[in-house]
Amino acid sequence: MSLNDLIRTTGEWLRGDGPMNDVVVSSRIRLARNLADRPFLSTADSSARTEIYRTIVDEVLSGSCNGQSVLIDVEKADSLDRDVLVERHLISRQHSSGEGSRGVVFTPQETLSLMINEEDHLRMQTLRCGLQLRSAWEEVSHVDDTLGEQLSFAFDRQLGFLTACPTNVGTGIRVSVMVHLPALKMTKEIERVARAARDMRLAVRGLYGEGTEAIGDLYQISNQTTLGVAEEDVIEALGDRTIPKIVEYEQLARESLARARPQHLDDRVWRAYGTLCHARRISNDETLALLSPIRMGIHLGRFQEFDGHLLNELFLNSQPAHLQKLHGRALTEEEQCVVRADYLRTRLCAG
Amino acid sequence: MNANCQRCNKARATVHVTNVLAKGEIRDLHLCEDCAEKEGVIIKQNQQTTNAILQEFIKQKTATGRLDDLACPKCGTTFREFQAKGLLGCPSDYEAFRSILQPLLERAHGGGTHHVGKVPLAADLTVRRQTGLLRLRRELQEALEQENYERAARVRDQIRSLDVQ
Repeated sequence: MSLNDLIRTTGEWLRGDGPMNDVVVSSRIRLARNLADRPFLSTADSSARTEIYRTIVDEVLSGSCNGQSVLIDVEKADSLDRDVLVERHLISRQHSSGEGSRGVVFTPQETLSLMINEEDHLRMQTLRCGLQLRSAWEEVSHVDDTLGEQLSFAFDRQLGFLTACPTNVGTGIRVSVMVHLPALKMTKEIERVARAARDMRLAVRGLYGEGTEAIGDLYQISNQTTLGVAEEDVIEALGDRTIPKIVEYEQLARESLARARPQHLDDRVWRAYGTLCHARRISNDETLALLSPIRMGIHLGRFQEFDGHLLNELFLNSQPAHLQKLHGRALTEEEQCVVRADYLRTRLCAG
Repeated sequence: MNANCQRCNKARATVHVTNVLAKGEIRDLHLCEDCAEKEGVIIKQNQQTTNAILQEFIKQKTATGRLDDLACPKCGTTFREFQAKGLLGCPSDYEAFRSILQPLLERAHGGGTHHVGKVPLAADLTVRRQTGLLRLRRELQEALEQENYERAARVRDQIRSLDVQ
């Protein structure tokens, strides 16, 4: 399986199914682990780094959790391929732009990915569409147990799993839920939601994690505390309480917008559709911003020109690396705008 | 739309907000970016993350000067290097910097000081082995006190086999 096969599908996180998928796009859980008796990557020289990489890759590929796993040597991959992996949420931006021996192993369904030599020696991540934290946890915890039998992870009785950055020490867990909140943004309530989330020690970030903007009304909500709280408690707090509450607020805001001024709402959706169908050059940010009201329109049953699956395909394939990969060559930013508009017109208005 | 901001009436309004009021009434608001930020419409990305807490804390600690010489005996990472990168050098740094890290961890993790989550299976084995060793040593002591040398030899072999694992 190659990256060219990969880009024919939208992968797991944009499958568009799963519980509460009108608001929750995807659920993700990652665990940070390091090998005991080895330096962290900030002090590992290149041979130590390579040795860590080999040790983990060998174990991962020989283990039972890997049937037809795909291994990509991120150090050797070209920058376009690395960006494709970032856009599919299989690796982080940091992993893409890092240096030295590093890689990623993932399953063909893209529900599990293991980043080797990112900030920590090993970052295991499970992805699900919709709100499915329990199943994401079961899988990642099982992989952790399996790999932990052979690889000895750095662990301290008091501090738990030892990580390169003290902000991850303990469980090393980050539970992250991607939510689509266009109505709360329109009604200005988003700031109140974000403040409440922050008061609960949750982080609110944009589409690609740390330091990224909230493009297309997509927000990632994740835990920050990893010491003194058990994994199940983090998952329960987010999955059973906080996220369902946010989903409810968003649904109420959508309903009241639709009730109070339906023409206003429909106008937004249809103008967005009009632009996507007729633009001659369009940026990625504008595309994602226009797809946002359409996504809401589909879920409110007010827009039936196409469904959520095509929407997610447009969402992913409009992004720079996917667009260039599908086009078959590297493009300048200006060329991308034109090719993107062509792609959208063909895909939306061909039929 | 090229209207001016409804608050300052100077800059061009680039942020457009639809407000649903209590009675289901809807009001549009057009603001420039600065006023939108003041009104709290735009989410500021500079919320205090745990990383920010970490950076601030390290700066304060280093300002006192007393940490300059502190280094991890295993990997040689100094506290200053940790300050510069925000990353530790090896697992032993947690031990080497324990006293300084303790308050930082408490702050970054909302008061958390002790791990209460998963324990690796391998660590369980170590703990089991340690507890097992303690028990066997006590047995050996007892056997010797009772001059039961046959039993003492058996226990000694068990201890040896655990020790080499």
